[in-house]
Amino acid sequence: MMPFFFSTDMFRPAYRLALLMLGGVLLFGAACGSDETLILATTTSTFDSGLLDELEPLFEEQTGLNLKIIAVGTGQALEMGRRGDADVLVVHAPTAEEEFVEEGYGVNRQLVMHNDFVIVGPDDDPIDMRSAEDAVTALLGLRTSEMTFVSRGDDSGTHKRELSLWNELGFDPAGEDWYLESGQGMGATLQIANQREAYTLTDRATYLALKDVLDLEILFEGDPGLLNIYHVMQVNPDTSGDINASGATAFVDFMVAGETQAIIAEFGIDKFGQPLFVPDAGRSVAELTEE
Amino acid sequence: MTAKLALRDIVVRRGNAEILRVLQLDVTEGEVLAVLGPNGAGKSTLLQVLALLERPAQGEVLFDGSPVAGRELKLRRQMAAVFQESLLLDRSVAANIALGLSLRGMPRGQRRERVHYWLHRFGVDDLADRSGRHLSGGEAQRVSLARAFVLEPSIILLDEPFSALDQPTRESLADELVAVLSETGITAVFVTHERDEAARLADRVAVIVDGQVQQIGPTAEVFSSPADETVAAYVGVETVAPAKVLESHDGLVVLSVGYAHVEATANGFKASEALVCLRPEDIVLSVTESEIQTSVRNRLRGTVTGIKPAGAEVRVEADCGFPLVASITRRSLEELGIAIGTPVTASFKATAVHLIPRGT
Amino acid sequence: MELIWDGIREAFRIIGTGDREVWSITLRSLLVSGSATLLALIIGISIGALLAFRRFPGRNLAVTLVNTGMGLPPVVVGLVVAIFLWRSGPLGPLGLIYTPAAMVIAQTIIAAPLVTGFTVAALGSLPSRLRPQLYALGASRLQMLWLVLQEARLPLFAAIMAGFGAAVSEVGASLMVGGNLAGETRVLTTAVVLAAQRGEFAPAIALSIILLALVFLINLVLTGVQQRESRS
Repeated sequence: MMPFFFSTDMFRPAYRLALLMLGGVLLFGAACGSDETLILATTTSTFDSGLLDELEPLFEEQTGLNLKIIAVGTGQALEMGRRGDADVLVVHAPTAEEEFVEEGYGVNRQLVMHNDFVIVGPDDDPIDMRSAEDAVTALLGLRTSEMTFVSRGDDSGTHKRELSLWNELGFDPAGEDWYLESGQGMGATLQIANQREAYTLTDRATYLALKDVLDLEILFEGDPGLLNIYHVMQVNPDTSGDINASGATAFVDFMVAGETQAIIAEFGIDKFGQPLFVPDAGRSVAELTEE
Repeated sequence: MTAKLALRDIVVRRGNAEILRVLQLDVTEGEVLAVLGPNGAGKSTLLQVLALLERPAQGEVLFDGSPVAGRELKLRRQMAAVFQESLLLDRSVAANIALGLSLRGMPRGQRRERVHYWLHRFGVDDLADRSGRHLSGGEAQRVSLARAFVLEPSIILLDEPFSALDQPTRESLADELVAVLSETGITAVFVTHERDEAARLADRVAVIVDGQVQQIGPTAEVFSSPADETVAAYVGVETVAPAKVLESHDGLVVLSVGYAHVEATANGFKASEALVCLRPEDIVLSVTESEIQTSVRNRLRGTVTGIKPAGAEVRVEADCGFPLVASITRRSLEELGIAIGTPVTASFKATAVHLIPRGT
Repeated sequence: MELIWDGIREAFRIIGTGDREVWSITLRSLLVSGSATLLALIIGISIGALLAFRRFPGRNLAVTLVNTGMGLPPVVVGLVVAIFLWRSGPLGPLGLIYTPAAMVIAQTIIAAPLVTGFTVAALGSLPSRLRPQLYALGASRLQMLWLVLQEARLPLFAAIMAGFGAAVSEVGASLMVGGNLAGETRVLTTAVVLAAQRGEFAPAIALSIILLALVFLINLVLTGVQQRESRS
């Protein structure tokens, strides 16, 4: 006897629709995750600027790999590398990166590009940061005036840099009323600073990408200590069995390839009238700091 | 003959309480068995066990002589049940009636004809396209009956199917049920707490009190000779005897009961057969022919077959062409000098005769 | 104010011109959350039927757990699912992290308790003797279940609406387990978050309007079916 479940007159349109959907789900599921994937953990600053949106299809076309870009802070990106949850990293916290490599988690680390950090704040600049001589003096002004400052507070490269600047000043701002920690990406943090008419440290690329919707102006720039250097490196395949080593190597090669570097050099000119990053493949960090 | 459905040493428990214990109960092929008892006596539980809806804690259910264990679904598909609530589904009346057939995988074409017939048989043709949710109580119960009979089951189980209905609806539906049962010859078990309903429908009656079957036997016998006080207290004691209608005129019905003839007021009675019921206190016993009371229609001669004290009264059983029971005081017993074997005349009014229609 | 008007104008331009990326994000939202809702229905109705019909020790605790689950915070679900699906996690070898499948899993976990809760309520409102009656008419266990679900279909529509609503509007879990990958795991909610972070308010508003319209349409259709059913 035919089971009742499949007796024909019970198939009203609603059930047919449900079956169709189920079929769709299965096909959908089958369609995903079939390609070889490569997980890139990167900083929000490169991601929010839109650079990787432009590079991703190129890389996928050249290699046939499915690139998955996870935008987190540098600290989290390194953590993902330690756990073996990412194959390759693009990050901007040189000291932490060197530690990562020394611990044996990172290999094939190469300089990709740089731009710089800037301190932005309200145009009327009540503490006259524009006239500060160096980054530490600029921060000192914030401390004495107790003007609101928004920190990323998320262990990202930008956050690490900001903390090292406070450290140079010999002051720990944590817990001060005027010192806010957003715990979010660069884009979100800039918007919070904008709403609060506060100061914040940002990479130039993200700031330029969001400039149209912000009332914040660059109030301090140009200190050699504010150099923002991006490296690419692959996670050591020996630390975890799941690392896509060949894909990671391909990505490192892609990032320092001439064609890619040319795109980086151009990126942002059409939109902002100036490039957001300076390509640095083949150079050394020492060369950058001497400039 | 093997019973259609039989219970052996059944015990049903709820938690620690034993709510039903049946040593033996046989439902014979083709009969209508009424399960009669007060509310909470375990009647519905008994029906659930018979319908294979509840597995007893202990004991065995036999279908055509073999244990049902493991074949419940298959056997349930040879049965049908109707409950007090009609429990119709939220779909058309026709679809409700077709339900059991479609559950059995019967093709739509075959179903239609059967459904049509039973829609008609229970007089609900014009409701076929209505929703099962928007019917009166009587209509819904007709549909519920049609939904069971359309399955042409070998046994049908009815759990107080009329108790939620008003009196006129209840009677007309009972008439139809009797007709359908006798026409199809389907074995039926009918649970009720209404004595008259049991008497009206059943070939045999099982009286169940406190979770135990107290007595089981032919309907008239159970009502006229309760096995013990528990049954007597519930069914009441009276004369119940099967009768055939001889003639009816001028609001009177003449029936043949055993070897006697009895006249009764018709009160709209139309059937050809009946159970004649007489309350003991309505029967007057006399020892001489001369004591004629002109207004009394029925005077039956007979002999005393038994005398049983019952409190301040005495119950005298007499055979007057059929066994009857009269209730008299102890003093009357002495004054009349009644003993076993004494010839007596039993007199009762035509209006004292309660007729329960039988058959179609 | 200007921002809002610009946003809305831009939103309608994007919707009107049929921007491919926006539509693919919308379709993906529909697929991911639709799949999750479907799975949640299968799981929720099974568990709901069990809780509604079976009496077993610990049943009250189970019902309480389901009711608690109805308010499960998406980010918590996201975190737990992510920990399991990370390569370093116990289910890592399945390679599901940062795939739509991972989002379907997370959203299913969010929607299933809702569906379960609604199912328990819907089935509990049926007459208690309905199930014995259906068995007595010859229904197998599956047939019985199928029939009572059909009987309870009107309140079960509410379960679908609640489940889909929760799945499609959730963002925390999708971000964590999906990674908001363009063209792969970017759905309406995560796209809104990203657009807002990038200061692209017009697309953010456009995507929000589409999200609202989607939920509205789904509810409109389901409510329409529900109303039609209850009239007939």
